[in-house]
Formats: sequence, C-alpha cells, structure tokens
Amino acid sequence: MKRIAVISGKGGTGKTMITGALATLAEGDLVFADCDVDAANLELLFEPEIETTEAYRGMQVADIDQDLCIQCGNCEEYCRFGAIEYRDERFYVDPVKCEGCAVCTLVCPADATAMKDRVSGEIFYSRTDRGPLAHARLEPGSGTSGLLVSEVKKRVNERAADRDLLITDGPPGIGCPLIATVTGMDAVLIVTEPSTSGLHDLGRVVKVARNFGVDMYVAINKYNLEESVAARIEKYCDDEGIPVVGRIPFDPTVIEAIRNRTPVTAYDCPAADALRAMWDTLAAALGRE
Amino acid sequence: MKIVVASGKGGTGKSTFSANFAWSISRSRDVVLVDCDVEEPNLHLFFPGDTSESEVTVLNPAFDMERCDLCGKCGDFCRYGAIAVLPKQILFFKDLCHACGGCRIICPNEAISETERVIGKVWDAPVDEHLRLISGVLNEGEPNGIPVIKAAKEAAEGNDLVIYDSSPGTACPVIETIEGSDYVVLVTESTPFGLHDLRLAAEVVRKLGIPAGVVINRSDGEDDETEAFCRKAGLPIQMKIPFDREIARLQSRGDLFSVAMPEWQDEFVNLLDDICTRTGGAQ
Repeated sequence: MKRIAVISGKGGTGKTMITGALATLAEGDLVFADCDVDAANLELLFEPEIETTEAYRGMQVADIDQDLCIQCGNCEEYCRFGAIEYRDERFYVDPVKCEGCAVCTLVCPADATAMKDRVSGEIFYSRTDRGPLAHARLEPGSGTSGLLVSEVKKRVNERAADRDLLITDGPPGIGCPLIATVTGMDAVLIVTEPSTSGLHDLGRVVKVARNFGVDMYVAINKYNLEESVAARIEKYCDDEGIPVVGRIPFDPTVIEAIRNRTPVTAYDCPAADALRAMWDTLAAALGRE
Repeated sequence: MKIVVASGKGGTGKSTFSANFAWSISRSRDVVLVDCDVEEPNLHLFFPGDTSESEVTVLNPAFDMERCDLCGKCGDFCRYGAIAVLPKQILFFKDLCHACGGCRIICPNEAISETERVIGKVWDAPVDEHLRLISGVLNEGEPNGIPVIKAAKEAAEGNDLVIYDSSPGTACPVIETIEGSDYVVLVTESTPFGLHDLRLAAEVVRKLGIPAGVVINRSDGEDDETEAFCRKAGLPIQMKIPFDREIARLQSRGDLFSVAMPEWQDEFVNLLDDICTRTGGAQ
C-alpha cells in the first residue's frame, strides 16, 4: 500500500477540501484516515456509515482516595504539571492537567493515590462510497492527541493493509499529532496559501517532514489571491527541491461545495480543473497510473 | 483582563483578528499580545522589529552508567515509553519524555540526574510604546509545545491587559492557553467545517467555565447556521468581519487591515468594552 498524508503547517489552508478531492480522483482500492483528531472534518464530506466504535483510553489519570490521604502534600510538591490542587483543606487531582505520569503514586506515603483508566475519545472505522475510513473523536480538552493519531493509523494497518492507497487528512501544526501522522508515510502533500504566514509555516513543516525521509509535494491553494507571495512560495519550493504539483485558483465554488458537503470535484469549476491536473501530476509521481 | 483568542478550526483568522484587535486597542492603552500558537507562530510577521530571545528548556534524565545496575525500574515506571532498559544499556527517547521526574525518584541507585534540554524559545518584542509582543516558538522536530506555551504566558505575567492567540484544535495546547483566562473569543467562519469545530471549541470553554463570545470572520452573509448555534449555546456574536478581497490581500502581505481601514479601530475598542461589560470587569 502507498501512503500519502495531506498536511499544511498552517491551519485552514484547504487540507480537507483537497483530501476530499483526492478521494474522488484516485483510482483503485482506497482507504482513508482522518488524523486531525481534535477537529476532524473529513466525515462531513464523506457521510460515513460507522461500522465499529471503540472507546479510546489514552493515558490514565491520578485519583486521590480522601479516606487514606494524610494531607502531607507530597503529591502537590512533586507533580510537575500543577495537576494537584489544594482547596477546602484537601488535595484533589485536576484531570485536565494530569498527564498520567504516576509520580504522585510514587511519592505518596499513605497509598492514597492511584492511577485510573479514563476514556478520552472514540475511534471509528466506517464505510464510505470511496473506501473504508478510520477516524476518531478526541474528547474536547483532552491531551494525547498524538497517541490517538497512532491508534487511527493502527486501524488502517490492521483492517485495510490490502488496499492500494491510503489517503490521510492530517492535522495542522508541527507537534506530536503531525509527527504521529507523518511517521510511516511514503509521501506528504503540503497545502499552503499565498500569505506570509502560509509561507512561514510551510518552511517549518518542511523542516519537520525532512526528518522522516518522505517524498514531499506542495499544493498552493488560492494561489491567485496574492501572486507576489505565490511566486515566493514557488521560489522557496524550487530552492528546497520540492515539486509544486498543484496551483488551485481562488474559486467561490469551493465554499459552495463545502456548504453542500460535496467534494469540489463534483462541480465544473476552475478549482476542480486545477485539482484534476494536480492529481495527474501527483499520481505519476507516486508511480500510479 | 486576560483574553484568549481560539477557534477549533485552523485558518479561521485567529492571528489576523488578534493582531488587529491588540494593535487597535493599544492606540489608547497598554497591551501585551502573546502568541501561544507555538507550533506555527505568526504574529511576529505582522510586527517585524527587534526582539530579545530566551530559551525554553525541559528536564531530561541523564544516566550515570557507573551507578546504574540496569535493574529496569525506570523503564517499567515510565508511562510514556521514553526509557528502554536493555541487557547492556539504556535507550532514552527524548521525544517521548514528559519530564515528570519519576525515573529519578524511582532509581534505587541514584544513577539518574536531570539535565536541561532546549526545545524552543520565547521572543519578546516591544512593538511600540503601548504594545508588546511575546511569541512562543517551538523548535522544529520537537513534539511537545506545552512548556513553550507556559513560558510565553509566564513572560506576560503582571500586566493588566493580555491577549493570547491560541493554536487551533481542542487538545492540550488550547487548554494550556485558556487556563486562567477571563474570557475567550472564538473566531469562526460560516462553513460546515467552521461550525463543526466551533461546537467543539464551545464545549471546551463551557467545560472550563470561562465566558466566551464569537467573531465570524470572512462573513459572506450566509451565517444563519452559525448564528442559530450561537443563540442556542448562549454565545454572543460580538463582531463580523466581512469577506473582502482587500482585507485578504492586506493579511496575505502581513499588513494590518485596521491600519489601512482605520474605521475598524473603533470596532475593536468597542469589542473590548463589550467584553469588559460581559465579564463585569472594571477594565
């Protein structure tokens, strides 16, 4: 199986729109993963039929047994995450801040602290018109989104390893969810936009992706909104040796398509034409068709 | 007054909003703007100029192999899988370490000490007499930005009016940014993606018990669904910024639209007044 992830650095450049377009353009047996687990949007375009739902248990959380607690304060002193709070003359764990390290259980002389399981989200495996989709929902406010990304990818490996192509919608940023997404990919398609922040963030995500030895491609979305910056992006990519495979014009039909929850390629419009041209280039580069 | 700008979905215009909001209100008062989107900090692009830089470090274990007898307790204890004790050596995976300090405590041979490792930096820039920009910047390749967010917030402590620009999403970096704030402005756009993620972000602020309002960016008049959601969730819509090629162009170039379109400065000042009224603050 070939594996490609659509990533961006900067948020909101059009990752999900492009992932949705690739889903309609690519041929063969496809499988999808939505690795933007704390703001998953691919399901809005795909209307998946959920086959299985599993509870996601991330890190455990500390808990203090008030009957056993002798109020020594060791847990508060040793917790590096500020997760132990003292109020009303008692110590409590703030589950939002607790990172599950279990140091409090180590330093408690009264055996009053223990680690407990917690459900931090759900992992779904669904059927769509275009192939199976592994996706997830992170409990808003939870940590460990990188771990959940790995779980989503594990579902693809367990259940869909025989498919031809994995298309992954990635998270913005360069931190643990992005790193977990890019790990094990053959290629990444980096979606950027012609703004100084788009260019800045492109540079940061390229630096991170370089560590993974993946093939990199760039798509410039809304490239004609500010052609001078688009030219700087082209120059940057040229210097870095990264092919610019897509130049998608600003097109109001894109918003209309998203509002209708339809991939933009279902419309006859300039953006759809550009996306088709992009896929032809990308497919050739990936050694497909 | 501590105001966080968040969004759920990326690219809705958080940074554009934060930069223009902070700059506009700093025409009449002192403001500190903090870039907490440490994975992709962008606010400095709006305010080029001199900065001072300080490093952000985390504590990582250092193993004294003279004292270590490879008992394996540290590896068993570490819940992040950052330490693997092999028959003849120890492997430490820095990217998995959360710097909890547990390995040092559990080691029976006092073979583990802690050393500082640089993972990012904080830039401190005096933009002008009334506006100061503090940016948290995570080094490329580092997975965990939380300590950088903490350091950036700490650098802004002790100021009356601080605006924090959050990363997108609803996971730990957003919580870290919102923690301890008085008000959250949720910047959204009127698309199903924007609304879906606004719902998630609204759930986060509701859970944290922090009052919040909504700014609709790039509004093209088709805001009915977003407005209906806000009514139901009890979130006031405090501003709409229209979709406008000129605003988009200025933003793309790293310019502030409130400079080129000064009528917006009053809008932002009014927004701050509205927030102060809603929080009962005397700011």
